[in-house]
Amino acid sequence: MNDIAIKVSELGKKYYIGVKHESYRTFRDAIANAIISPFQRARKILKNQPSRSVDLEENIWVLRNISFDIKQGEVFGIIGRNGAGKSTLLKILSRITEPTEGYAEIYGRLGSLLEVGTGFHPELTGRENIYLNGAILGMKRNEIERKFDEIVSFADVEKFIDTPVKHYSSGMHLRLAFAVAAHLELDILLVDEVLAVGDLSFQKKCLGKMEEVAQRGRTVLLVSHNLPTVLSLCTKGILLDNGEIKIIDDIENVVNVYLNENIRLDGKVMFSNNHSYFNRELKFVSAHILDTEGNTTAFVSLIKGFILSIEYKVSKPLRLAQVAFELCNSTGLCVLSSTDLDGAQEIFKSKKIPGLYRASCFIPSDYLRPGRYIINLSSSIPRVKMLDDIQNAIAFEVIDTGGVEIKLAQGRRGIVCPLLLWKTELLEQNNYK
Amino acid sequence: MESLFDFQKRRGASSKFRIEPSIGRIDIRLREIWEYRELLYFLAWRDIKVRYKQTALGASWAIIQPFFTMVIFSLFFGKLAKIPSDGIPYPIFCYAAMVPWTFFANGLNQSSNSLIVSANLIKKVFFPRIIMPVSSVISGVLDFIFSFTVLIGMMAFYKIYPSFNVIWLPLLLLLAFVTSLGVGLWFSAMNIQFRDVRYVVPFLIQIWLFATPIAYPSSLLSEPWRTLYGINPMVGVVEGFRWALLQTETAPGPIIIASILASLVILISGAFYFRSKEKTFADVV
Repeated sequence: MNDIAIKVSELGKKYYIGVKHESYRTFRDAIANAIISPFQRARKILKNQPSRSVDLEENIWVLRNISFDIKQGEVFGIIGRNGAGKSTLLKILSRITEPTEGYAEIYGRLGSLLEVGTGFHPELTGRENIYLNGAILGMKRNEIERKFDEIVSFADVEKFIDTPVKHYSSGMHLRLAFAVAAHLELDILLVDEVLAVGDLSFQKKCLGKMEEVAQRGRTVLLVSHNLPTVLSLCTKGILLDNGEIKIIDDIENVVNVYLNENIRLDGKVMFSNNHSYFNRELKFVSAHILDTEGNTTAFVSLIKGFILSIEYKVSKPLRLAQVAFELCNSTGLCVLSSTDLDGAQEIFKSKKIPGLYRASCFIPSDYLRPGRYIINLSSSIPRVKMLDDIQNAIAFEVIDTGGVEIKLAQGRRGIVCPLLLWKTELLEQNNYK
Repeated sequence: MESLFDFQKRRGASSKFRIEPSIGRIDIRLREIWEYRELLYFLAWRDIKVRYKQTALGASWAIIQPFFTMVIFSLFFGKLAKIPSDGIPYPIFCYAAMVPWTFFANGLNQSSNSLIVSANLIKKVFFPRIIMPVSSVISGVLDFIFSFTVLIGMMAFYKIYPSFNVIWLPLLLLLAFVTSLGVGLWFSAMNIQFRDVRYVVPFLIQIWLFATPIAYPSSLLSEPWRTLYGINPMVGVVEGFRWALLQTETAPGPIIIASILASLVILISGAFYFRSKEKTFADVV
């Protein structure tokens, strides 16, 4: 018996552009088409044209020539920019949509966490929804019964289990939905960005659950923008670019290629209007890296430090909203994070009225190792909701411009290499002869 | 520990599944529906639980709808137009037909919209899509039972007792079910691409109501037209109900055969059409 969990071979998916965007045609169009198209075809045959040539330009391939194998027990990451075809790939593997060419073989029971909780009905109680959602995800009734208590306690909703879920907070809703999905007995689990939502403690719980799943020898296929998560969970991965595989390798290499190719180093970035999933009462507009003279740059001097300048738009008065960044090194590991409410006086009075803002933060850099860094931006009302979240928003490089006497940093361990003050005293002199 | 054990056990018998384009192969895959029977049960159960939530009159809507239609028909067609009713009081003549008709019409309406209503689910989770229209017709059985109890009450009131033929009633209900589902399969699959269906279905139901002998008896027609009339499967259902319950002398022999054949044609063609369109649902909806 082989130890392959998923074998994908030459997989491709073609969309008809018209179909993908206009959600429906009308009878009239279809009838008109049915009447006209035989004539068109006839004319083509008369003119000796191949009849296929018309529709060729109406198609786009969202996936093409995708081949890879995933071994059992492997945690496999799929990364790539928005629109690279990651979600389509997962949809094909979970049988929601059909490939246009190629095939995939799945060995074992496969389930997906593509946006959890879609099967919840607001009028039903938590208990009823657990059964309903379990059934939708393919669980047998006795399986749900056996796991029921575990699900409820994982989701932390014991008190409200007989309340209709329309009265649940969004956090409770999400926890319950994830709990049901996480307790499926699967051989292969597909995960798509579920970790982008929920509060921090719940995210940790989910990550823990996924690690546990992976340790039990189950196969996990993870799609995420969150590179540290991908790096910490996955062993191998692929990078998708424009529907094709750019690289299949150990996850470190894949992430490296992604970072090198996809984050431009010009010290400024404007964010498009549709970059995130949130409803965005606060929305990032642009980010700049400035040197101490105020010039935009992607190369930061080790000694002088630099300024991170973020512009964002607020469309609705927000109390307690904070803007935060994470500074990550080239392996995706977070070196530090900071928010604009740090050190603020009377934090509970803080309020952002609608308007365009620019927030600047001076970041000293004399403790950073030379190399590439990535900044993730996020805004939230802590413990209430996320407002906006941009992973890998902007990159810069710390370069050694000389002047700091810490030249032995190469090869030294540690994420940062601060220049620490040492004082060495001679306490007693021994005179050996 | 337990689930770890389960996992090892299952892995021994791990199955292989192949995903590939299904060009030119259309298969009803009844076994797949059987494998998902629990989902079918839960979805029907959900529809029943949710249907009358936040309504003041609750499940009595299941009775109000056919009953008041009957009252109006009795007034206009029975009293004013003096339409014959095969020798039984017009109200019960009409209501005995209204009960299976309401089951059929609601089932058709609900199943036609079932996929659109659950568009979110279809885009995110795999399950045999055919479960959706099937479960929405099944969930109408409870409403049928409610309105049927009223029918029994009316029969007691008019002192009409059913004959031994009443044992055929479940089969007649099945015929209504098959017809409702068959048409529902056609429309639910079409609805994915053509939202015109939303406007077509209520209109169709309205016309179909008058094309079915509910306000009038099919005995108004002479043979062979009466048998031919049975091509509308609801003719067989409605006349069958009257025959089994009210002992009308219009035993629907040839009619019912025509109706059964017609309903099977609709169901089987509907199932094939549905399966052929199924693979594109998630992309188009």
